[in-house]
Amino acid sequence: MMNRRSLLLASLATPALSVSGFAADPIKIGMTQPLTGAVAASGNYVANGAKIATEVLNRAGGVLGRPLELILEDNKSNPREAVASVEKLVLRDRVPVLIGAWSSTFTLAIMPKLIEYKVPMVVETSSASRITTSGNPWVFRIAPTSEMEAVAFSALLSKFTPAMKKIDFLSVNNDFGRGAAEKFSAALAARGIAIGRTETMTPEATDLAAQLTALKQSDGDTVFVTTGVEQMTLALRQAVEQRLGKRIVTTGGSFPDQLLANPLPPGNDSFHILFYAPWFPERAPHPAIARTYTEEWNKKGWEFAGLTEGFRGYDAMLTVVEAIKLAGKPEAEAIREALWKVKIPGVNGDIAFAKEGPAGQESGQNRPNVSILRLSEGKTSLL
Amino acid sequence: MDQALQHLVNGTVLGGTYALLGIGLTLIFGVMRVVNFTHGELYAFGAYMTYAFVSLLGVNFFAALALATLCGVALGAALELVLLRRMRKADIDSVMLVMIGASLVLQNGEMWAWGGVAKLVPNPFNGSPLVIGPVSVLPLRLFVLAVSAALLLGFWLMLDRTRAGVAMRATFQDPETAALMGVRIGWVNTATFAIGSGLAAAAGALLGPVFMVSPTMGDLVGLKAFAIVILGGLGSLPGATLGGFALGFVEEYAGGYLSTEYRDAFGFLLIILVLALKPQGLVPAKERIG
Repeated sequence: MMNRRSLLLASLATPALSVSGFAADPIKIGMTQPLTGAVAASGNYVANGAKIATEVLNRAGGVLGRPLELILEDNKSNPREAVASVEKLVLRDRVPVLIGAWSSTFTLAIMPKLIEYKVPMVVETSSASRITTSGNPWVFRIAPTSEMEAVAFSALLSKFTPAMKKIDFLSVNNDFGRGAAEKFSAALAARGIAIGRTETMTPEATDLAAQLTALKQSDGDTVFVTTGVEQMTLALRQAVEQRLGKRIVTTGGSFPDQLLANPLPPGNDSFHILFYAPWFPERAPHPAIARTYTEEWNKKGWEFAGLTEGFRGYDAMLTVVEAIKLAGKPEAEAIREALWKVKIPGVNGDIAFAKEGPAGQESGQNRPNVSILRLSEGKTSLL
Repeated sequence: MDQALQHLVNGTVLGGTYALLGIGLTLIFGVMRVVNFTHGELYAFGAYMTYAFVSLLGVNFFAALALATLCGVALGAALELVLLRRMRKADIDSVMLVMIGASLVLQNGEMWAWGGVAKLVPNPFNGSPLVIGPVSVLPLRLFVLAVSAALLLGFWLMLDRTRAGVAMRATFQDPETAALMGVRIGWVNTATFAIGSGLAAAAGALLGPVFMVSPTMGDLVGLKAFAIVILGGLGSLPGATLGGFALGFVEEYAGGYLSTEYRDAFGFLLIILVLALKPQGLVPAKERIG
């Protein structure tokens, strides 16, 4: 007899076994993402991942005999709009569970509302540590914290030749960027690497020449870039213009997909910390799930490299639906309780929550996997 | 010293693009007394038109720049004829509200048409920088700077040496008297708004390939354009040019030597200082519009 995990795995790996037509009302799942604005590319990728997970799960019979309905709201890359989107999802659409909100800044802005309305949220991307350490029992994060990412990365340092000796940072000036610079500094300093300067940029900035010229003066050998995918692309292109001449490593799991079709000149390789490398689904912890996700995405004709971020929405949807199944009813408090019991395979790896934060008000934190991708003249390879 | 030279080159390139952004806005305000809140969206429109011509229709990059600018001129003329002409007697608050509404419609139209994900415009220039001694710059940036300079000079000559320019300046100084002298005010306004819009679209067409093209790219640009024309003096063409370069250099040097975190703040600090000392902006009122 197959256990629940095997059944779920089988259903996700064989989307052709579809169930058409549901008698019951759909179970609503709310999602807030930056569909427009400075980090819209990433937000759309994550939303697309959730959409195809919804389709795959509905074809496999939905949950509790009811279809799933994803209600997507645009937080416009703005924390105020993120709060407004959650108000709308909870008060008007009456969703019992949320997924969101990409940026740590947006997620932190939303978090008081989760306590106020008593609605759980699965955090799919945000990496600031205090999201799960501030004592919000309605938060369950499947994404790694910047600290987890930094520690996992530091275990892979031997893959870089020549070895890193001194590092600098170019970070977006928000919780995500500053948090990453702080945690990577701590993790890599513990490995004996010297820490140089940190330059910041506003999320909307397009001209990064001043920052890159300043970084060029440092005697560091590697620059860690932390920001959304659009600004990451600009930073890589402008680093060539400014002859930065240093190794660039991007953090946070975003990938500058536009540089596949419009590659940088030879000799400007970059390295990207990813949580899913769609070029190599067979190297994922659960290849069957990764393959289904990748195939469903490609059927839509969406940009291939968006898969690197879209998995977050896919895995978040699997997590939420498993919690609803375990809860036995689509009610917020029951789903929150059930999230602690979730143990499922996802695209990134196994998903389960450990407790973080002050006793009695713990948030859930998953421990995801990390890989490093090299981009060289529009070609990708795993380190 | 090497760093200072690189900042000088970066500031010049940035200032040139800022000046180009400022002149279209200041032209429209100077002649029509209209605060054009659609300026940033016309910039984004020009960038999207370039993307459409180059990436979707396979048009030559340089032809696409010209076509995108013409599209901006046409859109500007349409906005003036449909929205502004009937509001010529309206108070400035009503006109501002209409322009804010038009800006929202344009931005959301871009989102609807193109989606929220940024686009990259391919260009014919080599992606490797030109290296001269200690400084480096992309050929595309030099091209943008050269075209910006040509556009600035061209519009300066147009205003100073042509009948259309005389009509614009006359309308700016005294619309009633200009009308009595036979100037067709309505068409001067249409032409002014179309040219100003074309300049915004040209800036977007030129800078789209340098940066990336997205529906919200006009937000920050619109804000900077207003800062530039206020710094230079409202309605002043040389003021917009001077303001653009001043803002570019302050942002570049302050960002490079003081703090990148407060780079934009230094630009606005400059504006506060200039307005405190010279409330009319960098260029005195008598020198405005030609």
